[in-house]
Amino acid sequence: MTKSILLAGFGGQGILFSGKFLAYKGLIEGKEVSWLPSYGPEMRGGTCNCSVIISDTQIGSPIIANPDILVAMNLPSLDKFENDVVPGGQIYVDSTLIERKVQRDDVEVFYIPATKMASDNGIRTLANMIIMGNIIKHCDDIPHDNIDKAMAKVVSAKHQDLLGVNINAVELGYNY
Amino acid sequence: MAEKVLMKGNEALAEAAIMAGCRHYFGYPITPQTEVAAYMSKKMPKIGGTFLQAESEIAAINMVLGVASTGKRVMTSSSSPGISLKSEGLSYLAGCDLPALVVNVQRGGPGLGGIQPSQSDYFHATRGAGHGDFHMIVLAPSNVQEMVNLTFKGFDLADKYRMTSMILADGTMGQTMEPVLLEQGEITQYEKPWATTGTKMERPHNIVNSLFLKPEQLEVENFKRYERYKKIEETEALYDTYRMEDADVCVVAFGIGARVSHNAIDEARKAGIKAGMIRPITLWPFPKAALKEAADKVKAFISVELSMGQMIEDIELATRCAKPVMLCNRVGGMIPTVKNVYDSIVEADKIGGDK
Amino acid sequence: MAVVFDKPHALTDAPFHYCPGCTHGIVHRLVAEAIDELGIEGRTIGIAPVGCSVMAYDYFNCDMIEAAHGRAPAVATGVKRSDPNNIVFTYQGDGDLASIGTCETVHAAARNENITVIFINNAIYGMTGGQMAPTSLPGQITQTSPYGRDVATVGYPIKVCELLSNVDGASYLERVAVNNVKNVKNAKKAILHAFKNQVEGKGFSLIEVLSTCPTNWGLTPDKALKWLEENMIPYYPLGVYKDRYSGEGE
Repeated sequence: MTKSILLAGFGGQGILFSGKFLAYKGLIEGKEVSWLPSYGPEMRGGTCNCSVIISDTQIGSPIIANPDILVAMNLPSLDKFENDVVPGGQIYVDSTLIERKVQRDDVEVFYIPATKMASDNGIRTLANMIIMGNIIKHCDDIPHDNIDKAMAKVVSAKHQDLLGVNINAVELGYNY
Repeated sequence: MAEKVLMKGNEALAEAAIMAGCRHYFGYPITPQTEVAAYMSKKMPKIGGTFLQAESEIAAINMVLGVASTGKRVMTSSSSPGISLKSEGLSYLAGCDLPALVVNVQRGGPGLGGIQPSQSDYFHATRGAGHGDFHMIVLAPSNVQEMVNLTFKGFDLADKYRMTSMILADGTMGQTMEPVLLEQGEITQYEKPWATTGTKMERPHNIVNSLFLKPEQLEVENFKRYERYKKIEETEALYDTYRMEDADVCVVAFGIGARVSHNAIDEARKAGIKAGMIRPITLWPFPKAALKEAADKVKAFISVELSMGQMIEDIELATRCAKPVMLCNRVGGMIPTVKNVYDSIVEADKIGGDK
Repeated sequence: MAVVFDKPHALTDAPFHYCPGCTHGIVHRLVAEAIDELGIEGRTIGIAPVGCSVMAYDYFNCDMIEAAHGRAPAVATGVKRSDPNNIVFTYQGDGDLASIGTCETVHAAARNENITVIFINNAIYGMTGGQMAPTSLPGQITQTSPYGRDVATVGYPIKVCELLSNVDGASYLERVAVNNVKNVKNAKKAILHAFKNQVEGKGFSLIEVLSTCPTNWGLTPDKALKWLEENMIPYYPLGVYKDRYSGEGE
């Protein structure tokens, strides 16, 4: 099993953070993992993306040309990466921020109004984790286990008080 | 036993340096290696070490020279344009026979170039890091664990041979986060009777110097240095192989190039092409023997690089041009794709002819 | 027979290579005397420059490092940071300190790096054979200003003490000369003070020493001393430019 996941959106949406969550979850589950952010001026307020690979075997390149899973948290990201997803892959769309539908019919698509859900539940900054929860729901290779352990690793020591809300956000997405 | 943790290559390297006993870091901000400096600025004050943001790369490398003169482990890190500025100091470190660790997280060039990954400082690192006859030990990590292990190795070899070790990484290795085991064996302590630590009025003064105005003497200094280099070439070359047992096509790649090639080789094997890889871990000394041996068995070599064919020269020299060497490259911050490498393998398999 | 005059312990027995009448020898001696008097030779590390005093590493008995051109303050920074108990001095000429090494000089001062800088200003490049220095005087004839330094095309001399007196970090700045007995005695006091500052942890001290270069000035040693007095001192006034601990020059 090798799953390549491309997470993309605006800076500030927690793209890198949610990627780290998936990577740590994989690590805890004994998988090989890699996490690679886009970097440079584009990090500063523009689009932001991050590649995560989770595998049973040694990972070759950490760069993802054709993801198995795409998470699009804004329109430019969907426009840019939609056609790169492998046939039979999955696309997760934050439907609060992206009005259009995915054009392809050879991929599974999940529309989650994550930003609205986050806002309705008073966790405005956690749309990213809601989508992570939805991935866990639909992707067999990313099981509904070790969420608390992985979260404890990625939430910094200073912000351990935010552990609970992050886990709740994942569950919210899982149950959507 | 230590637990595997997820770390960015740049940060893992910095932590490894601290574990290796490095307590002095001098640097100047430049993308894409800034995490190394940031990590050091956070950590060093807490452990009684020195982090100093120098006024320039030139100053930073000379501060490194100052600490190295006193026999302590010291490092600096930068990226390509900054490494050009450090070239003067690299030559002086060599001329003074001082141990130091220098990290180059390469970006595209020449000039200001770009900030995306590159390997185009290959020549600089392996051949021309500054004026005069000298070498550095050049270590090329291909994953985050090697960013750690080669940092340990780099400090050890630097002390052992009294020379600069350079970690030649690329932006991808610096930015990628992978699980790492931060574990180091026993650190070998080397005697440094040459260090300028003050005479304590107990010994004649030590002089750290690269100036020898008598040509006979300067010649001897160079000969002595190359005696050491010869020993390093014979004993310290490191490489890894992948699916080479029965390979017809041998990919030669390092750093991110090797990671991409790994996937391409798997694809080629699926398509029935016997491809394998020799991955140099030390670029100087270049693993000549392994390449030479492979030349007897394979049809062709492919140099996969993020540069304009710089490593090809080493492959051709090592194999005495016994087999064709093709180039598969992307430059300017572009990275060869799995497909780029795969296509090269298919082509090499065709044109390579008989074994 | 009683010894009434000896060389300082901090100087080796190696004969100086300096030209007749060159004042480097005097300044070397003053530095060595200061090291002796403070009893710091065993923990002193000197940094030699590129220039006429490049081989200063052979003349001082303490540990010595030969730095790249202009980089002595950076090397000194490394040595000092390696062990703050070390007493670290640089010995630099005007090309080294005020031209190619201006950046390193200014920033070592800005950091108030606890080192002692001995700056030899003789208004010319000596080692390479008499080219214009950053401190050559307006109108001064050198090999590369054969018609005299024309400030309209090559600009004005750099006044290092004045420049650094505006750097908040610097602790002690004094300009002295070694053209007569009285001035030599003052220079000795200043150099001793600069080393003492370091021993006491008071930070960056720089002593600018107006010096002669009879060979490249094309003058006899005695005429060179006179030239220094009549031409250099008026342009580069002697005195303390900054003393953080007495408030002078602040």
